[in-house]
Amino acid sequence: MTAVEIPVEKWPGAVREVTLGSSYGGGTRTSTVTVGGETTLPFLGFEGALPHRPALAVEVVDMEPADWSPELVAAWGDDLRDPAKWAAHAVEEGAELIALKLRSCHPDYGDRSATDARATVDRVLAAVGVPLLVYGPGTADKDNEVLVAVAEATKGEQLALGLCEEKNYRTIVAAALGNGHLVLAQTPIDVNLAKQLNILISDMGLTLERVLMDPNTGALGYGLEYTYSVMERLRLAALMGDAMTQQPMICTVGEEAWRQKEGRAADGVPEAWGELAERGVAWEITTATTLLEAGADILVLRHPGSVGALRAALDDLTKGA
Amino acid sequence: MALTGLAIYKLLPKTNCKECGFPTCLAFAMKLAQKGTELDKCPYVGDEAKTALDAAAAPPVKLIAIGAGERAFEIGNEVVLFRHEKTFYHQPGLVVRVKSDDPQLAEVAGRVAGYEVERVGMTLRLDGLAVEHAGGDAAAYAAAVAAARAAAPGLPLVLMSDDAPAIDAALTGGAAAEKPLVHVATAANWQAMADVAKKHGCPLAIRAEAGDLAGLVELSENVRSAGVEDLVLDPATTDLAGDLVALTQLRRLALKKGARALGYPILADAAAPTWQAELVRATQAVAKYGGVVIIDHLERAAVYALLTLRQNVYTDPQKPIQVEPKLYEVGTAGPDSPVLITTNFSLTYFSVSGEVEGAGVPAWLLVADSDGQSVLTGWAAGKFDAEKIAKTVKDSGIESRINHKKLVIPGHVAGLSGEVEEELPGWQIMVGPRDAVDIPNYLKNVWSA
Repeated sequence: MTAVEIPVEKWPGAVREVTLGSSYGGGTRTSTVTVGGETTLPFLGFEGALPHRPALAVEVVDMEPADWSPELVAAWGDDLRDPAKWAAHAVEEGAELIALKLRSCHPDYGDRSATDARATVDRVLAAVGVPLLVYGPGTADKDNEVLVAVAEATKGEQLALGLCEEKNYRTIVAAALGNGHLVLAQTPIDVNLAKQLNILISDMGLTLERVLMDPNTGALGYGLEYTYSVMERLRLAALMGDAMTQQPMICTVGEEAWRQKEGRAADGVPEAWGELAERGVAWEITTATTLLEAGADILVLRHPGSVGALRAALDDLTKGA
Repeated sequence: MALTGLAIYKLLPKTNCKECGFPTCLAFAMKLAQKGTELDKCPYVGDEAKTALDAAAAPPVKLIAIGAGERAFEIGNEVVLFRHEKTFYHQPGLVVRVKSDDPQLAEVAGRVAGYEVERVGMTLRLDGLAVEHAGGDAAAYAAAVAAARAAAPGLPLVLMSDDAPAIDAALTGGAAAEKPLVHVATAANWQAMADVAKKHGCPLAIRAEAGDLAGLVELSENVRSAGVEDLVLDPATTDLAGDLVALTQLRRLALKKGARALGYPILADAAAPTWQAELVRATQAVAKYGGVVIIDHLERAAVYALLTLRQNVYTDPQKPIQVEPKLYEVGTAGPDSPVLITTNFSLTYFSVSGEVEGAGVPAWLLVADSDGQSVLTGWAAGKFDAEKIAKTVKDSGIESRINHKKLVIPGHVAGLSGEVEEELPGWQIMVGPRDAVDIPNYLKNVWSA
């Protein structure tokens, strides 16, 4: 017999461990989620440590989404009109985290107040025991107003606040610092911009154990390869020991996959595309799986069918670890 | 792994006879290292040097062709573990498996051959059909393969059987002309399988027990010594975790350790009970080093997703697919028609033009030269800024074709509207949607001349 020497990579660096949710010091979560800690590339347990499996989050919006795919509307039904019920339903479907979007605070979609936002967050916190990621409406002024109010009202819950971007990081980081939360640091598909934002956040005194890195997700067929390669480069840099790339990575897969034509169009598309019922989930599953291979630590999904498929995949990929 | 000039020099006669046309053996060696000349220019070189140089010149993952004629596909010849290091060259063949006793065999074969889908100007297709020997004797198997060939002429095949006589019967029955991949030689049957593959000049897949790479090396050496040069490795893993470890280790061994016995493309079997689980397995194989990916479920949506993924992953990261930057007319545009501007990244262009066309509103689409970058990356890199937008508008001659001066810029660069207005005096700059998918609504309900 010929002996085969298996090439094993020994990396000097490791991804930071980041914990979401808390059950003490003001926190009321019944479960917490820790991600990161990898000392090798995704799922290569034969050569390094993979202490935490990637976590699955489900996106919940604080108002009934007007523009969502009919497949998503069918999957969640009436719960789309009540973020608390929707979140509880998502947890039943296997969500380990809830990504709550405060869209109704957007000036164009209701312009609800920071007080309203706090009430919504409270209701969702009461409805589920899992940790939350809380996203502002996506406009600079309102994001700051709403996220600061939410951060103060939920002190100690160890939520993740987003988006934390170059233009607003001071406010969001300060809100996280003062109230024991985390930030979701997003940069536009670029290794150096991601590093730079981590440096800026770190310079403000927030420990990097409280930073999740969102490299900006491109969906399958819509720039996925850019996200994939940037994530591979970030993860390789982290393992090589570059301290400012060692954050766990979060990918907003559901939002990107389901807003493409493939996730929305039932009619008037080529026969080769298949039926929307399969196509939307296929788009989400394929995008998510590809990004897991590049190092995603948290996947934010939209469809319960994708949650089930990804949970089964992660059971398989992490069973030896 | 390429040899240095000095390493080659050591293998030469070192007589400086000049018969190769170079002044010294060292100069000749240096030129050889740069692949600027041929070793056979030296009349005195020994066999040892020839073997060493041939081995060094061979690619770490051998290029293997499956099929013959127009639909044949090539796999292998890969040189990196990560696409950003250079690129992945030969996309994996996506092959649908059907059992030889399936009453729907001919129909499935026809569907596989006929499946095609357009994406960013390219036609994506399935690559082949695997006919798995399920019951029946060699003659029955040969008949099934013949039926598949009749239903899908020219479609590359994978012949799957442990029984060498069955494979031989199918190849002798005519399939040999199409150079199918013969699957599979194992420790138990390799001699007979190697003989059949050699006789018909077909590539051969080899399989050891899952995780037994030493067994795979031994099989590789055995079938090569029996005269079969074109191999495909089947790691025989049955789950996602096992697949990834095997695919990674085999690619690393070929690229980093120069393991000649394992320097072949890899076959990844994505079999799973549901189409969703199969899609996950196949996705991993496409992203991570699969050379042939076998699926059973002919679920169109999943096939479309996999073909799209393959196109994404195998796009050269240094050369984004581009379209010609110029003025495009969508539908029959006139003087009242809206003018939209975007970048010349093909995906951006095809998304935008597809949506404008779908909206049923004739329009002028200006495509700026952003070096093939999308709107956001082009903007970030300074390739799609106010100046570039203004220049594109001026150079296009659009002004003489319209009776208004309104320009719709992508929502992602809304922040540029003031600067563009300064660069284009007299123009009104309108901010369009961020995403192409929202263009129809915009053109129908927001835009007005």
